[in-house]
Amino acid sequence: MEARKVYMDNNATTPLHPQVKEEMIKAMEVFGNPSSMHQFGRAARSMVIEARQSVASFIGSKPEEIVFTGSGSESSNTVLSILACPARLCDCSGLGKFSKIITTTIEHPCVLETAKCISQRDIEVKFLSVDQYGKIRMEELEEELKKGPALVSIMTANNEIGTIQDIKQIARLSHKYDSLFHTDAVQAVGKIPVDVNDLDIDLLSLSGHKVYGPKGIGALYVKKGTPFCPLIRGGHQESGRRAGTENTLGIIGFGKALQVRANEMPAEHERLLGYKKRLKDGLKNNIEDIHFNGHPQDCLANTLNVSFPGAEGESILLYLDLAGIAVSTGSACASGSLDPSHVLLSTGIPIEYAHGSIRISMGRDTTSEDIDYMIEVIPKVIQKIRKMSTVKIGGGKNE
Amino acid sequence: MSSQTDWVYSEKLKDHFVNPRNILEDEESYQDDGKGIVGNMKCGDQMLIVIKVDKEKGIITDCKWKTYGCASAIASTSILSEMVKGMTLEQAYKLSPKDIAKELGGLPENKVHCSVLGDKALRAAIVDYYKRNGMQDKVKEEDARVVCHCMNVTDEEIEEAVLEGARSFLDIQERTKAGTVCGECKEDILRLLDKYKKEHFGK
Repeated sequence: MEARKVYMDNNATTPLHPQVKEEMIKAMEVFGNPSSMHQFGRAARSMVIEARQSVASFIGSKPEEIVFTGSGSESSNTVLSILACPARLCDCSGLGKFSKIITTTIEHPCVLETAKCISQRDIEVKFLSVDQYGKIRMEELEEELKKGPALVSIMTANNEIGTIQDIKQIARLSHKYDSLFHTDAVQAVGKIPVDVNDLDIDLLSLSGHKVYGPKGIGALYVKKGTPFCPLIRGGHQESGRRAGTENTLGIIGFGKALQVRANEMPAEHERLLGYKKRLKDGLKNNIEDIHFNGHPQDCLANTLNVSFPGAEGESILLYLDLAGIAVSTGSACASGSLDPSHVLLSTGIPIEYAHGSIRISMGRDTTSEDIDYMIEVIPKVIQKIRKMSTVKIGGGKNE
Repeated sequence: MSSQTDWVYSEKLKDHFVNPRNILEDEESYQDDGKGIVGNMKCGDQMLIVIKVDKEKGIITDCKWKTYGCASAIASTSILSEMVKGMTLEQAYKLSPKDIAKELGGLPENKVHCSVLGDKALRAAIVDYYKRNGMQDKVKEEDARVVCHCMNVTDEEIEEAVLEGARSFLDIQERTKAGTVCGECKEDILRLLDKYKKEHFGK
């Protein structure tokens, strides 16, 4: 029996937009190296220029402030590694005064792990805690900033719980204390408006495959005048900020994806907000003892993270998979490690709630029928799992 | 499109996950002869196994269970409940995680600890039966103190591991699975490791 297919894991990755696919198929004919001066090179170069323009205008920057990278993770690795440049031979004069990184406990591993690694090199790293909804505390940030200029790296929207930080305020505070501000906006760009000028951001990471573009392409916004040091050296590409022949196909797809996104995002946002409310109510009314994670208002419209005490996440994920519904989980068992989601634990929820959590992330293809189907299937799955569970559930409901 | 059945798990495991056998649905009224529960919520795995025993023959006649955990934990307990029916208590007591994994058609490496819990829950149920029936002589091993509550590992098992060559926390983890889940017992294990090394090897 072929089950119905409902893809609810758009925070993990998104399908290629049909228009992006079309654009990329055309671009496959263009093989020239964008650095070459002849006509083949020029053909490729002009397409890269157009894509750079598209990415830049989507976040309100200038084209020359966009550096294409291999992924959002590479972008963030690059930023944090700026402080660890051993020689200071690059365009990183002026970095000497920053001897500290301020970040949070709920960042993506590409920031967390890099920060931990860099802390081994005489660079202090402070991990800010978050409240029960996943928001940082401004007082705590200010307290840290008062101790001296730092590189602040705080994600715009969280990938697991969808919580959106008050980026404008964080950027203002960072600058007040002469610090640099980077934000990992991989989950935010394409879902909510992100304008680097309005928010006054120095560095921003974004990714192609989260916005219906191809995988293997990311970008880093570097505000003009910001000290910089490349992670990958040895070439003049990207104005010497990221060596290696350009991934032209990826860049072209990424550019097209954001061009299309600009038109689709506003209406989609409203639609998904409505779906989320209906889904939340539907689950709440049909499942005893259920807990929603993340901020009740300042949250990505597409993301719903929910805990079902007494039911373990990997089991939920796999039973849903059998019913054709694709979600992800914060449980330890599914991740291959023995620890449940660091993000959920940071918000202070009980560990058994973290083990029993799933993330539902909708996208542009999500339909009203998909929501109905989930409201029909999820309660049955939870009931089945709880029936064989050693854990007796409390019966409490909460928001 | 690749088939939806292309799981990380074997078909046999999947079958036991989708159609679990012998779930203990009537916990209140079930007249068990032995009951064992291991693991805890903190680790994300907990198993309860109850058995009925033919006291004349010393044979397990029924086995039911409840499990909180992932697919391999659920399937491990399900298949175990089928395996032990008709076994003598001695046979069942000797079942190892490997036996369960083999019956399931193999387990991914990071899932082996799920089946470890299954056989520990079964042993706990058998020991409970022995204790209820005044057969204390069979359970002297279980008088040992449980050090790692997640994996239900006793100090005697840690001593044994040291005797068999374990010298570090990592060695202990590899041999006994103790300390591989929540890690709360690490201090305790390090202390015992030191103690047994001194006791048996003078260093």
